[in-house]
Amino acid sequence: MSLFEKLKPVFWKDDHASGLYKQLFNYRRLWKETALISVVIVFLPLVLLTAYEYKVTKATFESEALARSTRFVAKTRRTESFLLSKKRFALEFIIHDNTYEQLLQPERLTALLENLNRGLGLFADLGVIDATGVQRAYSGPFHLENADYSSQPWFKEIQNRGIFISDVFMGLRNLPHIVIAVKKTLPDESFYVLRTSVSIERFTEILSNEQTGEVGDAFLINHQGVLQTPSRYFGDILTLAPLDVPEFSDHTEGYQLTDIGSRMASISREGGAKPLPAEAANGTLVVSYAYVENSPFILMLVSPKDELMLQWRQTRMKILVFLSCAVGMILVVLLGVVTYLVNAIYAADQKRVMMLHEIEYSEKMASIGRLAAGIAHEINNPLAIINEKAGLIQDLFFIKEQYKQDTKLLGLIASIVSSVERCSVITRRLLSFARQSDANVTRINLRKIITEVLSFLGKEPEYRSITIAIDIEDGLDDIVSDKGKLQQVLLNIIKNAFAAVEDGGHLAIAARKAKDGQGVELRIRDDGCGIPPEDLAKIFEPFFTTKGGRGGTGLGLSITYSLISEMGGTVRVTSEKDKGTCFIITLPLTMTANKG
Amino acid sequence: MKVLLVDDEEELVVTLAERLSIRDIDADWALSGEDALRMAADKRYDLAVLDMKMPKMNGLQLKVELQKQWPAMRFIFLTGHGSEEDFEAGASEAGDEYYLIKPVNIQELVAKIHASFDAGEA
Repeated sequence: MSLFEKLKPVFWKDDHASGLYKQLFNYRRLWKETALISVVIVFLPLVLLTAYEYKVTKATFESEALARSTRFVAKTRRTESFLLSKKRFALEFIIHDNTYEQLLQPERLTALLENLNRGLGLFADLGVIDATGVQRAYSGPFHLENADYSSQPWFKEIQNRGIFISDVFMGLRNLPHIVIAVKKTLPDESFYVLRTSVSIERFTEILSNEQTGEVGDAFLINHQGVLQTPSRYFGDILTLAPLDVPEFSDHTEGYQLTDIGSRMASISREGGAKPLPAEAANGTLVVSYAYVENSPFILMLVSPKDELMLQWRQTRMKILVFLSCAVGMILVVLLGVVTYLVNAIYAADQKRVMMLHEIEYSEKMASIGRLAAGIAHEINNPLAIINEKAGLIQDLFFIKEQYKQDTKLLGLIASIVSSVERCSVITRRLLSFARQSDANVTRINLRKIITEVLSFLGKEPEYRSITIAIDIEDGLDDIVSDKGKLQQVLLNIIKNAFAAVEDGGHLAIAARKAKDGQGVELRIRDDGCGIPPEDLAKIFEPFFTTKGGRGGTGLGLSITYSLISEMGGTVRVTSEKDKGTCFIITLPLTMTANKG
Repeated sequence: MKVLLVDDEEELVVTLAERLSIRDIDADWALSGEDALRMAADKRYDLAVLDMKMPKMNGLQLKVELQKQWPAMRFIFLTGHGSEEDFEAGASEAGDEYYLIKPVNIQELVAKIHASFDAGEA
């Protein structure tokens, strides 16, 4: 049996009777409609609220993730800018603290380079260039004395701006460097420049900070989009990054980038850049950037959105689990309540149908009773006349010797009188069925009354070897009812049972407390021929008989039915052809007077 | 013993009277309460057998009227309304009156008449 079969409520399989006993509702449909309406009413606000909350929470998490990314970029930009500024200010200090002549002294220049490296580190060389662009003094690993920079663009730029920071380049030592140069203008409008090469090792270190996350990538590009530091995924140093150069802004900015997988194919990875994980390449990337002040660098931080939203995904999972549990529980309770309510309506409706049925049956019985009484009374008069006339003929025959000897005539008269007698039995029974006699209510012991009734039936069971079992539940109280009526009821049913069973058959009479505790239930079961289903509904109707010409008036069970009704009880019959019949009589413990 | 039979069914009452006469019971008959009262005014009857249901004056009303004239008169009522239980119980008895159910058994009626008369004599 499936789970549904087990949980299926009673009304689910019920057919919808038609006609007078039609149920008020189609219960299956009622259940479905009620369940649907309840679910919609309960879940619609819940779903809408959850959807709204989901959206708001997601937006909050998203903005928080972006803010985190932006904060990182802003902080790193300050650090990078500070590093550059330190080196620049050191040069500014040296150029203003020393005279041109002092700087031209090789020992002095070498001492200054050493001091710079001791204090700030990563300075590769130091050179002094005059206004013509020729390097007049140089301290460093290369022989760059007298090198001529007059034609180089940076030398022109420094004349205008007084400061120059170059893009990253691979120096003679094949290490990434930048050049920082500062200018000092003398009172006679002539100038000279202090120039140094600085390794970018520290800049790279800051960017490879763990804060960029599992797949986040922070790097510097110049204004042409060329990578100035190594990148984890976007190519090697000094190659073109597959990202557009962002618009200039004083502040840290951010934007989102989708589906850059195709752009990633052409980038150089000889220097160790890894391929971007597929889910990041095909998903959305969050790019935060900032222009580093007084430098040609743009700081970029590229993070896959999925990673930034990891916390959101975890929260979302919790929300979904909670929501699923809540929905499940509400659904179970809701369906349980709907089933309970529909079941209650169904039970009430069933009761109504049964009562309607019973009322109709009682009405029918009462009408038939009135009709029967009328007919019986009207027939009794002509019957009485026939009776008297035939009786008179009989009397006369007995008086006159001539007829006294005529056995044939006497036989005919006797037959008329006996037929009248038979008719009068029928009319008396009809009147019995119809009459509303006063109840003779008394205390009745069930075992005693059953034994009494069986004794009325004489020796029939003994002659026919019918076994009778009487089973009265222990502690069953006496009932207060109409003894005469109960006797007649038992007599009728037991007589029918005797007629139904074969010789050697069985009859079981059992009495026990009714299920509701308000009465007693009498079961009279035989193992006789049974009642065909088509007859079962008619057996309580007057004149319904299966005994044909064998003396049945068809009134016994209809009288039984009305007597039980008068006693405030009910009677049901179950029967199976060739297996037997069971009459189930329920009587109140105490018969109320108005039922009589 | 003088018996007055009252029933609106002429065929019944005439035949019944004749059958009682055969059994040495002097019975007159009437078809209505009014006729019965007229007859009872002229003649004394010891016992009246009355049908319960008659037009204009029923058996019980007639009994009251007859008793006014003849307080010692005995009564047997005939009814078409008896049921099987009444029949099995041998008809109802209320005080010194008898109720018999139609159709009546003549022997029973005769027995009741005698019983009633004996009770009246006692």
